[in-house]
Amino acid sequence: MIEAGLLIINLQSLIISLQSLIINGFIMTNVSIIGIGQTEVKEMWDTSIRHLAWYAIEAALDDAHTTDVDAIFVGNMLAESLSNQNHLGALVADFAGLRGIEAVTVEAANASGGAALRQAVLAVKSGLVETALAVGVEKMTDETGPKVTAAAATSLDADYEAMHGLTLAGAGALLMRRYMHEYGRQVADFAGFSVNAHSNGADNPQAMFRNRLKAERFTAAPLVADPVTLFDAAPLGDGAAAVIVTSHDRALDMVPQPVRIAGSAMATDTLALHDRKEALWLAAAEKSAQRALAQAGVTPDEVDLFELHDSFTIIAALSLEAAGFAERGQGWRLAQNGGIGRNGRIPISTFGGLKARGNPLGATGVYQIVEVVRQLRGEAGPCQVEGAKIGMAQNLGGMGGTAVTHILKASK
Amino acid sequence: MEVSRHWRLQEQRYKLVGETCDSCGVKLFPPRDVCLECEAPAKELFTFTGLGEIFSYTTIYDAPAGFEHHAPYTIALVKLDEGPLVTAQLTDVEKEDVAIGMPVEMVTRKLRTDGEEGMIVYGYKFRPLSLAQTVN
Repeated sequence: MIEAGLLIINLQSLIISLQSLIINGFIMTNVSIIGIGQTEVKEMWDTSIRHLAWYAIEAALDDAHTTDVDAIFVGNMLAESLSNQNHLGALVADFAGLRGIEAVTVEAANASGGAALRQAVLAVKSGLVETALAVGVEKMTDETGPKVTAAAATSLDADYEAMHGLTLAGAGALLMRRYMHEYGRQVADFAGFSVNAHSNGADNPQAMFRNRLKAERFTAAPLVADPVTLFDAAPLGDGAAAVIVTSHDRALDMVPQPVRIAGSAMATDTLALHDRKEALWLAAAEKSAQRALAQAGVTPDEVDLFELHDSFTIIAALSLEAAGFAERGQGWRLAQNGGIGRNGRIPISTFGGLKARGNPLGATGVYQIVEVVRQLRGEAGPCQVEGAKIGMAQNLGGMGGTAVTHILKASK
Repeated sequence: MEVSRHWRLQEQRYKLVGETCDSCGVKLFPPRDVCLECEAPAKELFTFTGLGEIFSYTTIYDAPAGFEHHAPYTIALVKLDEGPLVTAQLTDVEKEDVAIGMPVEMVTRKLRTDGEEGMIVYGYKFRPLSLAQTVN
């Protein structure tokens, strides 16, 4: 009896140590990216939401030299309100010639794209799905003006923010005004973010805006929500981007340069700014960045480029602070003197970012991943950050109510 | 617009009824039943005085559907005297005269109308406290 009891205890401890092995990632599958695709970001009056998704998927399948996909995760925010279309998982799978496979929509406001990739990573890591495809797609231009502004504001608190007339730009403006007040800054201190984004976007043939921007034009631009101007807010456009992931071992046999997903983390915060303990701190951005960096075993100093969520310049500044690239209240400083440029301390928005590449809300997070992959493969052309080995992407929903961070590593 | 959605918020919209936390005493608006500070249950109702000051503000030029005829209008984060922030429009004040730290008072105003024959939604806005004193 005693010996049998000891055996059971030994078995239990063996199971516990196996579980901890799995939890610590020694057994859990490593996930790598084997294919990327994207459309331009712009107003595409002749292209439907299903076509947009298909063009990105087609490009990603070509890039991975495969048609073998087991599951699709569609990142989308506004198809219901702007295209009267839900049920995108089945629609996109069918239209992409992959009828029959598992597919579902992932919605986390403008973080839907990052969240879709996160689900694809989880699916492959679980071992239940061999190859997963994340596609972010947004069709903005079937509606125009106030209807689109209202649809985008559904990422805020409907009862206590949007019902009072608040918009995304308005929420950004509330943060920017308070930041300027607390840290003694001027509107001109934020110009560097937009100037950098447009400078990089000018080199990206798929960017929505390819014009360079002069710093003095930034402060003189028409107001969207004072102090946020037209040259501060990222433009909304149509677009789709896709990423295919599989286990790292399989990836090595399939493509010459798989890019490993070394960190993947999602965190949440209150939707409403007024519910936050600290209005000027993106708590979810900090949490998800810290988790992803810890998984990857890297520090911010080791990150070669950071595709952050520059929907407004204030969000770029706050993201740099939350992710550990700047001290509290100092994020704006990196936008001075080329700190965020291609050869700066931490290059951001390397293909133009949300500001110049354009912001197709629920697709944006997948564009960021596509861009980091191009950098790590050394295929970024004139946008290339020389010698980039470790890239980070952070996609925010609303005013940071959701934050998804991924750390990618180039294959050796 | 949906009638029930606005009807069930009447205590908040007309009277700034929030909640107070039994454990740590923090006052909550909007009500959320679980304390933001200590995460204890916080279901006891608490009516705010409606007094506070401007924490931040913006004037909206690019307005969403339902507000396009009101633009430009000014929205603030108001720090209520009892602690929490609330998002609301400012009224009875020129946008150039608004400043961080300005004392304000809650008033009831029309928030939105739904066309000529639709529902009218009333709720809280804030106006400068000094103005309230001179008017009353």
